[in-house]
Amino acid sequence: MGSITLKQVTKNFDDVNVIKPLDLEIKDGEFIVFVGPSGCGKSTLLRMIAGLEDTTSGNIEIDGQDATHTPPAKRGLAMVFQSYALYPHMSVRNNIAFPLKRAKVSAAEIETKIANAAKILNLTDYLDRKPGQLSGGQRQRVAIGRAIVRQPSAFLFDEPLSNLDASLRVNMRLEISELHKSLATTMIYVTHDQVEAMTMADRIAVFNGGIIEQVGTPLELYQHPVNKFVAGFIGSPKMNFIDVPNGDTNGASSLGVRPEHFIISQDTGTWSGKVGVIEHLGSESFLHVTLTNGSTVTVKADGDCSLQYGDSVFLTAQENKVHRFDKNGVTIKASN
Amino acid sequence: MSIKNNTRSTLIYTIAAWTVSSMIFFPILWTLITSFKTESEAISATPTLFAFEWTLINYSDVLSRSPYFTHFWNSIVISLGSSLLGLLIAVPAAWSMAFVQSKKTKNLLMWMLSTKMLPPVGVLIPIYLLFRDFGLLDTKLGLVIVMTLINLPIMIWMLYTYFREIPGEILEASRMDGATIGEEIFHVLLPIALPGIASTLLLNVILAWNEAFWTLILTAANAAPLTAFIASYSSPEGLFYAKLSAASAMAIVPILILGWFSQKQLVRGLSFGAVK
Repeated sequence: MGSITLKQVTKNFDDVNVIKPLDLEIKDGEFIVFVGPSGCGKSTLLRMIAGLEDTTSGNIEIDGQDATHTPPAKRGLAMVFQSYALYPHMSVRNNIAFPLKRAKVSAAEIETKIANAAKILNLTDYLDRKPGQLSGGQRQRVAIGRAIVRQPSAFLFDEPLSNLDASLRVNMRLEISELHKSLATTMIYVTHDQVEAMTMADRIAVFNGGIIEQVGTPLELYQHPVNKFVAGFIGSPKMNFIDVPNGDTNGASSLGVRPEHFIISQDTGTWSGKVGVIEHLGSESFLHVTLTNGSTVTVKADGDCSLQYGDSVFLTAQENKVHRFDKNGVTIKASN
Repeated sequence: MSIKNNTRSTLIYTIAAWTVSSMIFFPILWTLITSFKTESEAISATPTLFAFEWTLINYSDVLSRSPYFTHFWNSIVISLGSSLLGLLIAVPAAWSMAFVQSKKTKNLLMWMLSTKMLPPVGVLIPIYLLFRDFGLLDTKLGLVIVMTLINLPIMIWMLYTYFREIPGEILEASRMDGATIGEEIFHVLLPIALPGIASTLLLNVILAWNEAFWTLILTAANAAPLTAFIASYSSPEGLFYAKLSAASAMAIVPILILGWFSQKQLVRGLSFGAVK
C-alpha cells in the first residue's frame, strides 16, 4: 500500500507562507511528478510528506493513517536526494545496509537484500567501493538501492537527476521508470524539468507560488491546460502567446499556439512575419519568426526546411489547436 | 616577463616567511641552547651561540630537584582530560547550532566568543572562592573543569564550522533511514567530521598544555602541571637561567613534537570553512 492524501496542508517559514492550503490525493502505485519553477514549493511539500519539514496546518495521511506529526523513519517512506546524500565513509554495501541495520534486520537477510538490490541496479561489482570512487550515475543508483531495500510504501525523489549530465539523465530516467513498473510502488518525483515530468509521470502536479495550478496526466496538461502558466510550462519549446489587443469573439485577450501546431506558408496565413534565427536539430528545425505586431514566436518545421534567415512567411494555427486565455490568463473553455 | 615577476615575488615572500619564522623560533632556539650551558656561560656578558662547552648538568639538576614526571603527568591529565570533556559538550552543542538552527543561534555563538575577550583576571576572585569552597584548589579535576570552560567556546566554534560544511541532506537521509539522533551523530556525523574533531582536540590539548594563568593561581604542589614547574625556577634565591631553560625545554618539547607531527592536521582544522 502507498496511498498519500494531503488535506488543506500549509507551510509557513516564519511569516512567509510558502505552501497555501492544498489538497491532493496520490493513489497507491501511482507515479506522480511535482513540477514547477524554482521556489514554487514543490520540494518543500515533498519534504513535508517525508517528515523532514513540519506541517504548519492541515493533515498528511499515509495509507489512511494520519502521519502529519509522525517522525520521518516511522512513515514507511524512502527518499532519494538531489545530492545523493550517501554516507561517504561507508562502502556501497554499508550504505545500502544502513537502513536495514537501523531496523534490526538479521545479518543473513541484510546480505540477501543487498545482493538483490545490487543485481537490479547493476552494482554487484561496486559493493566494496566507497561513494567517492563511483561515477554520478552509480552514486544515484546506490541512493536508489538504499531506498528500495527498505521496501517502502512510497518513494520520494527530490530532483534526483539534476546533478547528472544529459545522456546519463536520459538513461537514469528510463531506469527509474522501469523500476516503477517492476516494483509497482507509489513514487513522488520532484523536478523542474518538464521533459522528465512528461516522460515519466502517470500524473503531473504543476506548482506555482505555493499552489497546485493543475493536476492531470501528461497529455491532459498538454492538450487542456487550465491556464496560461500551465500552458507555458508544459511542452518544449514552450507555447507561443500572441496578444489580441481588442479581444476576439470568444473574449480571449491572448491566444496560445504550440510551435508544432503552426502551418507555414509563403503565400497566405493568419499572421505574417520574417524568419529570424533557425535552429537545425536534424530531425526538425525551430524557426524564430518575428510577427508584424513585433512579437516573436517559435515554429517547428521539418528537419530539411529550406527557409532562410530574413524570408517572409505566413503562419496559421492548425484547426482546433488554438488555446484562448482571458485577461486573467485563465483558459476559455469554449475555445476552438 | 611575468614568469620573472613571479619568481621575484616568490623569492621575496620566501625571504619574508623565513625572517618572520626565524624571529618567532629564535627564543625557543635560545632557550634550548642555554639549557646546555653552565650557569656562568648562560649569564655571560658576551653570549655565544654554539661555541661553548655543552653540558647536561642542568637537566640532571632539574630532574633531581623537582618531580618532573609528576608535573608531566599532571599536564597530560589536565590537557587531555579538559579536551575530551570539552568535546563531549562541544559536539552536541555544535551539532544543534549547525543543524537545528534558531533565530538566536548566531547571537549565541557570538556571545560565546565574546567570553574569550574577557580578561581572565576579571573572574579571578569568584572562581578562586568557588574553587576554595568546593575543595577544588590544587586538584587536577579543578584544572580540568577550568580548562574545559576556557576553551569550550573555541571548540564549539571550530566544530560548528566543520559541521556546517557537511551537507544536511546526509543527516536527513540517515533520519529517513531510521537513525535516532544518537545514531545520526555517532554513525554518520562523527565519522565524517573526524578530521575536524581531531584538529579541535589537538588544538585544545596545546592550548591547555600552554595555559599558565589559571594553573599558577589554582595549583600548588599536587596538581601543578609543567607551566607551574617552569615558574618554580623563578625562585627567591634568584634566576638560574640555564636550569630555567632546561626546565622550559623539558616542558615545551613534548608539545612541540606533538605540534610538529600534527601541523598538517592543525592548519587544515584552523582554515576549514575559509578554504574548501
